[in-house]
This record gives sequence, structure tokens and C-alpha cells, in this order.
Amino acid sequence: MGYFENILPPKERMERRFTWGDVVVLLLLAVLLYGGVRLAFDAPAEVQGPFIRLEPRALPWYALLSVGRMAAAYALSLLFTIFYGRAAAYNPRAERILMPLLDVLQSVPILSFLPVVLLSLSAILPQTIAVELASIVLIFTSQVWNMTFGWYQSLTTIPKELREASSIFRLNTWLRFKKLELPFGMIGLIWNSMMSWAGGWFFLMAAEIFTVGERDFRLPGLGAYLHEAANLGDTRAILWGLAALILTIIALDQLVWRPLLAWSDRFKVEMVESEEPPTSWFYNVMHNSTLVNALRGWFTLPSERLDSWLIRRAPLQDTGETAHGYTWRSVLPWVIFGGFLLYGGLRAGLMLWSVPLVQWGQIALGIGATLLRVMISLSIALAWTIPVGALIGTNRRAAAILQPVVQVTASVPATAIFPVFLLLVINLTGGLNIAAIFLMLMGTQWYLLFNVIAGASAIPQDLKYTSALMGLNGWERWRTLILPALFPYIVTGGITASGGAWNASIVAEYVQFGGQTLFTTGIGSLIAQATASGDYPLLLAATLSMVLTVVLINRLFWRPLYRIAEDKYRME
Amino acid sequence: MATPVTPTTLLELKHVQQNYTSGTRKFTAVQDVNLNLQEGEFVALLGPSGCGKSTLLRILTGLQKPSEGQITYRGQSLKGVNPYATIVFQTFALFPWLTVMENVELALKARGMAPNLRTPRALDLLDRVGLDGFENAYPRELSGGMRQKVGFARAMAVEPELLCLDEPFSALDVLSAESLRNELMELWTSGSIPTKAILMVSHNIEEAVLMADRIVVMDKEPGRIVAEIRVELPHPRQRHSDEFRAVVDNVYALLAGQTQSEAAELGSEPGQPGRTRALPHVHISDLAGLLEYLSEKPDDQDDIYRLTEELKIDSDHVLTLTETAELLGFATVAKGDIRLTPLGETFAEASILARKEIFAARIRRLPLVRWLSGMLQRADKRALKWDVVKLALELEFPPEESEKQLDTLINWGRYAEILAYDDGSEEIYLESAAEKVS
Repeated sequence: MGYFENILPPKERMERRFTWGDVVVLLLLAVLLYGGVRLAFDAPAEVQGPFIRLEPRALPWYALLSVGRMAAAYALSLLFTIFYGRAAAYNPRAERILMPLLDVLQSVPILSFLPVVLLSLSAILPQTIAVELASIVLIFTSQVWNMTFGWYQSLTTIPKELREASSIFRLNTWLRFKKLELPFGMIGLIWNSMMSWAGGWFFLMAAEIFTVGERDFRLPGLGAYLHEAANLGDTRAILWGLAALILTIIALDQLVWRPLLAWSDRFKVEMVESEEPPTSWFYNVMHNSTLVNALRGWFTLPSERLDSWLIRRAPLQDTGETAHGYTWRSVLPWVIFGGFLLYGGLRAGLMLWSVPLVQWGQIALGIGATLLRVMISLSIALAWTIPVGALIGTNRRAAAILQPVVQVTASVPATAIFPVFLLLVINLTGGLNIAAIFLMLMGTQWYLLFNVIAGASAIPQDLKYTSALMGLNGWERWRTLILPALFPYIVTGGITASGGAWNASIVAEYVQFGGQTLFTTGIGSLIAQATASGDYPLLLAATLSMVLTVVLINRLFWRPLYRIAEDKYRME
Repeated sequence: MATPVTPTTLLELKHVQQNYTSGTRKFTAVQDVNLNLQEGEFVALLGPSGCGKSTLLRILTGLQKPSEGQITYRGQSLKGVNPYATIVFQTFALFPWLTVMENVELALKARGMAPNLRTPRALDLLDRVGLDGFENAYPRELSGGMRQKVGFARAMAVEPELLCLDEPFSALDVLSAESLRNELMELWTSGSIPTKAILMVSHNIEEAVLMADRIVVMDKEPGRIVAEIRVELPHPRQRHSDEFRAVVDNVYALLAGQTQSEAAELGSEPGQPGRTRALPHVHISDLAGLLEYLSEKPDDQDDIYRLTEELKIDSDHVLTLTETAELLGFATVAKGDIRLTPLGETFAEASILARKEIFAARIRRLPLVRWLSGMLQRADKRALKWDVVKLALELEFPPEESEKQLDTLINWGRYAEILAYDDGSEEIYLESAAEKVS
């Protein structure tokens, strides 16, 4: 069940209550959004979209473009992760600010920022660059948080004696990073990267198909291809596009992630050989290839040179007293930052003040409607993932058949097939409502399913035997064994899933399709409409309200549940 | 001017103190330690777990900064990690993703040694500790003893002046530990390594007597040095010689303490003036086992250190058990011998129920138990939340220790049927109250 082992989120992040840090972070978000909206005033009223060619020959190029955007955002995420995580793990003062910041940021519905980011960037940059950059920023913000959390987590759990050994043997910062931190965090980093890529596709596709009113923000890529194909009702192109997308994702899995996982098995800290190490055919091919081994030989010398240069350049510092106390130098940046925050907050407040009461009413209504959709989609997801997940997790034969199917299906980003689905249901009554719930469902169910599978496969064998010996059957068995065992996993899955559902609302509740504009009541729809009509105060108010709602739901609903799960139902 | 035989002082600790705070309380992990180490010396720091000996080792290598006091190395005040010292760790601290060879080489690489120099040096050291042929193995493929050999090879590769050993043999099986000890002593006494002094932390009394020239005995609460013993026996030392046994006995007598007056022995209640005696973390079944064993001995007594061999448990555990027996009045300790009291004898021969009664009567005398029952009696419904009691205990103990104290308290109280604990509601009850509720 290796795929699902690393799913449980780190404990700490669920234990914090509301603090002043959260208020500052939310204020900062408000100020940033305000800044974006201010810039958006200068955004062009009309944006010409790219011409999307539908012949299959264009697909490799589109696939390359999409993967390129993902890779660029991922590279950014990796850099950010390493530096941010190190700062938070090693500097207690920074930790107090950086961790609450991360905590809020990871629960914010990222996709709600898309309109503001797109508008503000197109106001200051040439169109194509602005749209590319916006998509990369968006993917980055969707990928980075769990990676950073994972990295921070592994840095803080490096065994004390390995740390002490590195100090006593005088490893400098570089060697420590290369020989201790990176290897120790590698497995977690790879798992988190895989999750981030899977999540990133969802956002990339959303960014590639984003159009509102006269503004066509689409990007040439696989998502736009599928969107265009569905728009024109070209079934053949839809099939080609889907095939290309699935093929791309499978190829990345087989040629990048699986080999990386097989390779990273050496970084296990356990002092025993693993029973079922991850394997990869591609890794084995590369491992035995003469060419690759020769290449590795060529790299030894430069890498040795780099190490010794860095060891000479930055020897281990014998730390004396570190300065504590506050000097004006250390306080000044914070004063400036605080001033900036207050001023920005004031301006944002003024803009929000200008939003008429009617619109606030619309916002409240929209949030209610979207919340309802989120709850419906979560309920549907729960209804089928719990039995199926429990089956896959406890039954080896079922797992062997269903798991590959589930993995491939889950790997297809819901936003990519959304236009296709729309084509099917658009003419039904309440078609867009069905489609919106469908998209949310597609965006949420896999997290739940994977967590349920992980939970079910973690039920200890002896408990299963005991319940069998006690003659527990049917509902009794579910009530006393399976549901309590699954509870923590369901909660964990639910947290991520509900976040995903809120994100989906941005693309799901307002669509331009086949020459017509369709929308339904909802906060996502409101954000899109505000973007289309250039009602920037409304855009700011709606986006902020959505962010606040999701953060509040997280804190007031999911966290208490999570704490109960931690205290009561953990099997350890 | 000075005569050439005067040994050089390598390391000197003056008034070293390690405090830490938890809430408003201040705890002392290491109290006013003065210690020096001469060239050519092998010193053992010996003491029960929790006496701060490992903390002291981290302080004197510069891994940790003491709250107070001064550390000088060759007369120079120590800043940061001591570059002339290395440590062999109890848990080996090998990098699991590096091969044996890479582990040793890394220590040399970090000091900026070029590959063409460090590879032969690492090979030579691995050869010397007998790991020839295992250069490309990963630590997880090796046995504990072999892993620790890598630990030694790595430590000696950087040619430290001061070699620190942090209970290096305690995670090994008996045979590997013994052979590794002998190999180290051979290298040390023959002078074939450039090491100028060795400092070993240990809780194994025999091991310390077997290897060290000087034993510094530490005690806990607070961690401090209580005695120093010179061991003048020539190497290699014979475990079964009378002189050896005399030294071991002597150390045991120092560590096991003597039975004191009851008030001094029990301490005061938390929150009252005076120190609260911490409960030794012992399972009742282990204690009962010890008492039964002793009751079958002639005169109901035994040499404490012989118990380690006879019961096949380590000296730390034996000392905790004798401390418990003494605290509860089941035994007296004098000059390294333990002897059952009549009460202890009765306990050893009693039925399960009778044992519970005796045990209950004995632990009711303990200030901690009195304090908790008092609080419970005053409490609403005669029950208190686990967290609340733990918090109250933190007046007296550091947080981690209060958790352990409370666990032991509940454990003993449940056995004695004085206390009950509900894991679901996390509440502690008086047993009588529990009956009323149910």
C-alpha cells in the first residue's frame, strides 16, 4: 500500500488555536489582494486568447508547454521549500512567524486568487508573459505548502545524535545539508512532491482554461486543448486530448517519480532492510546502464571540487554568543512592515467600505450556496469512498484489481475533464449545478479514498482476528472496529477534500461555453462575475470573504474533529 | 621550572551548572561541577540515569552551552564545539545512507582533507578495527558491535586528543561489548593511537572499574559529583580478582547509598518546603521478583552488584529496584549489600491480596501519595483530571518527569487499589469513589 503511507499530515499544524499571528497573516493577505486589485484597475478591458489548434499533431507541443509550466513552478517550490523550511526549523524567532503564516496559507483556497493575480499581472506585463507568470505563481502556491511543511517536519525530527555527530565532526552548513538534511528529508520530499504535482495539474488546467467576459486568459496547453475541443463539441479531439493528458501523467510517474522512489529507499533511517522496497523498471534500466554510470563518474570530480571549495569558503562557525536584545536595526524593518500593513489594511478597509450592502448580501448568499455544494459533494464522496476504500485496504485481491484503476483515474485532473463533462450535462435542468458538484466531487473524492485505504490497511491484524473471534458481523463490526479505525484518516482526508472543493467553485460556478455564459449562485461565480465586469471592490470583498470562510471552517470545524481523532482514535 | 613529570591539564571545568526553566520553576540538571582531565588519563563518569552525565559530556565537548561556569581546553576558554574532541555515541550515530567507508571519510572530508589522503586513512582505520572487507556495506547490514566499530573508526580517524565515549557499549550484546572494550583498551594502553585522554560516560560499574584510571561518581536530583575514586590496578584487569571486586563493591556502596532516617528518605509533599522525593519508575512485578529472590537467599541478603549477574539485569535497573525496596521499607542497604526487612520477607511470602494490602499501607506513607489522595478527597466528585495533577506536579518536577512520576503514581496506586484511573475521561479517582460511581 506504499502509495498512501505518507498521507497523514504532521501533527503540530493542527494543534494551534487562533493567535495574533493569524490575524496578521490574514491582514497581510488582505493587503496583498488589495494591492492586486489596485493594479487591476489598469488591466486591459479586452484580452485576446491564444488560437488553439485541434489537430493531434499539436498535442506533443501543448503537453510540453503544460509540463514546462509545472516544472517551472515546481523548481520555484523546491527552492522556497528548502530555504523557508530551514529558516523556520533553525531560527526560533523566525519560526514563530513563519509557521503560523504557512498554517494559514495552506488552508486558503488558492484558486480564488487567480482572477486578482491575472488581472494585476496583465496590468503591468505584456499579455503572454503575464498569463504564463500567473499560472506559474498559481501552481507554485498550490504546490509549495505541503512540501515546506514536510521539509520543516523532517528537519525538526532529525535524530539528535546525528545532529550532534555532524557538529562534533565539524560538518559545515553545506555538508550538513548534503549529507544529513537532504538525505533525511528525501523520502518525505519526494512523496510530497508527488502530491504537489498531482495537485498542481488541477490548478494548471484551471489556469489554462480561465475566461471571463471579454477577457480570455487561456494558455496554450493540454487544458486549453481539451477546453477548445469540448467547446466545439469535437469528440475526436476530446479523446486525443484525454489520451495525451493521461499519457503525460503516466509517463511522468513511470519515468520520474517511480525511479526517484526506488532510488530514495536508501535514505530510510530504519536500521533494518525494508521488506518490500519500492521498485521501478526504469530505475533498474538506468542503474545498469553503462552510459549512466560513466556520466556519474564524470560528475564525481566536479562534485568533489564543489564540496571542498564550499568547505574552504564557509568553514564551520564556532558560534560564540548570539546577540539577543533588540537594536534599532533589528526593529526598524518590522516597524516599516507594520506601517505598511496598517496603511494597506486601511486602504483595503476603505475599498471594502465602498461595497454596497446589497453586494454583501450577495456574498453571504453565494457563500451559503457554495457551502451547500461543498457539503453535498463531500457527502457523496464519503458515501462511496468509505466502503470502497475499506474494501481495497483490507482485501488484497480487491486491491490488486482496483488500485491501478483508481490510481490512473485519480491522476487525471478534474479541471481537465470538466469541459467535457459540461458538454454532457449542459442541456439538463440545473446542468451547471450538477457540473459544479461533479467538479467538486472529482476534486475531493480521491483524497478521501486514499486516506480511507491508508486507514483500512493500517487496522492491526490482531484486532481483525479478535473481532472475528467475538463473532462481530455486519454493522457491529463496522461500528466497533472499522469506523473508529478509519475516523482519523477520514478527518485528514476531509480537511484536504473540503479545501479542494472550495477551490473548484471558482471554475465550476461560472463558465463560458459554446459561445454562451452560464453561471449559478455561489461565491466562485461572484468572483468570476466581478472579474468579468471589472467590479474590483466586489472582487476584493468576495475573495476575502471566501478566504476567511474557509480558514474559519478549518479552525472551528475540522481542527476540533482532528483533535478528537488524534486523542481518541489513534492506533499506536 | 616545572618538573617534566607534571602532567598537562587538558580539560578543566569550573563551577559548571546547567539550569533550565519550565514555567516559573527552575530545575538544575547539573550542579556546580568541577572536573579536570590530565593528559594520559582515562576517566569514567559514572552514575544512575538522569544524573546529568550525558549532559555534562555535551557541555564539555561544546555541543551544549552551560548556564554557568567555565570550560577551558589547554588553558583556552572553549568556544563552540571543541575541535580536538570527538564522541563515540551510544546509538552509533552513523549516517544510514552512507557506506561504512563514506561514514569514516565524511569526518575527514569535513576537515578539508583531499580524497587521495583520506581514502587510505579511512581504509587503514577500518582495517585496524577489523572491518576489513566491509567498506562498502551500509550500517544497516552490520551487527550492533560492528556498527560501533565504525563509530570508533570514525572517531579515531580525525585523531582526536580527547576521545569521549557516551555509553558506547550499552547498546551492544554482552559478547560484542566485551570484545570491543578489550580492543579499545589494547589500542589505548599500547599508545598506538594519538589520543591523549579518554572520557567515558557509563552507568555500568564493572565496565568503569575495568577500564578507567579514575571514576567520577555522580548522583541525581540534582546531577552532581559525589565522589572520585582512583583505580590503581594494572591493565589488563582481572574481573575475578579480589582487588577488582573490592573496588566494585566500594563503588556500589557509594551509589546505592545507605538507608537514611525516614523523614530524610521520604522528602516532603509537593508545594511544601523541602524537596519532594521522586518515585523510582519501577513495575511492581519487578520489585516483587527481587524480594522473592532475596527471600530465598541465606540471611535474606545479597551483594548488590552480584544481583546484576545473577538476575541478568543491568546495574542501573538493580539500583532503581534496591532504591524502591528501601523506600518502601522492604529492605535496608548498607555497604553495597541489600537485606530484606521482616516486612519485605512477609511481602515476598504473601498472597496476591495480602501483598496489595501491605503495599497499600507502605505507599500511603509516601508524601506524593498522601498529597494526591488529599487533593482527590477535597476535589469535586473525588476525581481530578490527569492534566491538572500533572500541572500541579510541575511545581516540583520538570514536565517530562512529572508525566513519568504521575504514571508511576497511578501504576502503584492502581496496584494498591488506592487509586483508579479512567483512560477515556482521563480522570484519576480515589478507589472508594470509583466504587460509588460504578
